[in-house]
Amino acid sequence: MLKSDSWRAVIVSVSLLVIFLGLWQLSTPAPQAEEALSEYELLMGGADQEARVPSPSEIIGLAISELSNPFYDAGPNDKGIGIQLGWSLYRVLTGFGLAALIALPLGFLIGMSPMMYKALNPFIQVLKPISPLAWMPLALFIIKDSETSSIFVIFICSIWPMLINTAFGVAGVRKDWVNVARTHELGPMQTAFQVILPAAAPTILTGMRISIGIAWLVIVAAEMLVGGTGIGYYVWNEWNNLDLTSVIFSILMIGVVGMLLDLALASATRLVTYQE
Amino acid sequence: MNPHFLEIKSLAKRFPAKQGELTVFEDVSFGIEKGEFVCIIGHSGCGKSTILNVLAGLDAPSDGEVLMAGKEVRGPALERGIVFQNYSLLPWRSALSNVMFGVAARWPGWSKTRVREHSLKYLHMVGLKDGAEQRKPAQLSGGMRQRVAIARAFAIEPKLLLLDEPFGALDALTRGTIQDELLKICAETHQTVFMITHDVDEAILLADRILLMTNGPQARIAESVRVSIERPRERGSIVHDPGYYPIRTHLVDFLVSRSHGLSGSANSGAPGSGHQGPPRIVDPAEAARGASSLGSPSNAIGNAVSNRPSHAIGKGPSNAVSHSTSNANGATDDRSVESGPLLRAVNL
Repeated sequence: MLKSDSWRAVIVSVSLLVIFLGLWQLSTPAPQAEEALSEYELLMGGADQEARVPSPSEIIGLAISELSNPFYDAGPNDKGIGIQLGWSLYRVLTGFGLAALIALPLGFLIGMSPMMYKALNPFIQVLKPISPLAWMPLALFIIKDSETSSIFVIFICSIWPMLINTAFGVAGVRKDWVNVARTHELGPMQTAFQVILPAAAPTILTGMRISIGIAWLVIVAAEMLVGGTGIGYYVWNEWNNLDLTSVIFSILMIGVVGMLLDLALASATRLVTYQE
Repeated sequence: MNPHFLEIKSLAKRFPAKQGELTVFEDVSFGIEKGEFVCIIGHSGCGKSTILNVLAGLDAPSDGEVLMAGKEVRGPALERGIVFQNYSLLPWRSALSNVMFGVAARWPGWSKTRVREHSLKYLHMVGLKDGAEQRKPAQLSGGMRQRVAIARAFAIEPKLLLLDEPFGALDALTRGTIQDELLKICAETHQTVFMITHDVDEAILLADRILLMTNGPQARIAESVRVSIERPRERGSIVHDPGYYPIRTHLVDFLVSRSHGLSGSANSGAPGSGHQGPPRIVDPAEAARGASSLGSPSNAIGNAVSNRPSHAIGKGPSNAVSHSTSNANGATDDRSVESGPLLRAVNL
């Protein structure tokens, strides 16, 4: 029953995709290249006077050629998709990792101590709604390095969900379990690692999952601003080249990588989830 | 008088309330001997769980002190094992791992294999085997979970075992089998146990002594009922013991009609009525036996008949209180009075 349901779902998904791509393909007729290009047209790179949305077949063709050689490096403005994604991932994971290093212990502290929660809550409430990109000018001015600044932006956007979820998870650990630790004479560190951390782990990892999702959203925008390398820069660069095929291809790649990041953290969450 | 193994001296718990403070219980004093199994029964809200938590060191009393083997109890310790009503197993650990958690905390120097063997021994003792020890608590039935909790408490070999209504959430059949297990283990290990229960039959089956608490607020321990039924006891045959029904009727009578009348709130009108010291000791079974062997002494029967209406009709709390205080000193007379209603039950 369940199996046949999931098969049906696959069939529906595939047919939706086929219909969508088919309609798209039909609505974007291939360029008419009957005549030889004039010298002017050659100078203009063979571009049409009017930009067109590329057809799916063109995008698939580009995807095959890009993905078959993802790590080529032909100068600052022509790098393989793998290199660009690699840069973005590096920034996201660095900023995310740094945020985790701060957010997890701080969240623990806030979760354990109602006083610290009250003391820090106003700061969190004010800082949390700030768009991470609003920090960019300040970061660029203080850090004076675009690379580090984009990592900082990732750091500042991924810290809040982790911090809040960690505090929430730690504060919500059932009193019975803390009492179990107390009656077994566990020290504060043992209690933290043997009881509170495993008890709060699902909530903490959910926070991390939200964080990495936001970080991946923000990195594209940050790289568009900062430039140089990364998938966000790549999208913007291809837009400036008016290469919409590459733009659509990179949009899809952003989606795929974001999904993979989310899946990784979802399976990590599943590892630490327990049933009460 | 020899000091008891566990000594509770004029314990009280008060909470700040809107007007002054609320006294949950006060003047709670009793002792427990080594190897003794003591149950405490009382209505909800009389502070039984608070007393247990104080004994565990999880809660601090407002007044009074707890001495175990001459040392004051301060904070939780491994020498006092606890089984909570809701099991309190760590759900991310398997049954075995939950027990190992306790054992490793108790003997930090032990090797992992030794911890494991010791834990398995106790899991087998409570009847968890054949792969059940590797399951997570969520995959175990309520009875199985409570077995794991009991194994964890026994495995650390505490000097005092505290059971907070351990079988309250279990169905009657499961409760019965685990009671049997507990009886068996206690007989083997001579464990000192303090247990909260709502179940009169459970208390009689398991306990050497049953403490009866009056209703809160200002609850006290009114009586210490001796369960003089020979061990080993069995669930099936204990009801046929001639002492069983006298005890049971005494307990039920206390819970139904007398616990309210004896409560401190009803008593507060009489200042300095001072129930200092340990609760008076009552032995309904012995009294019943004595009474029947003596061929129904007129004194006991007379008392029973004359006293019965005042309990049953319950003219008012003050009446019951004055009755109990006036009898508090006369021990022998008191017994026969207390067994009054029970005699009727036996003779029926």
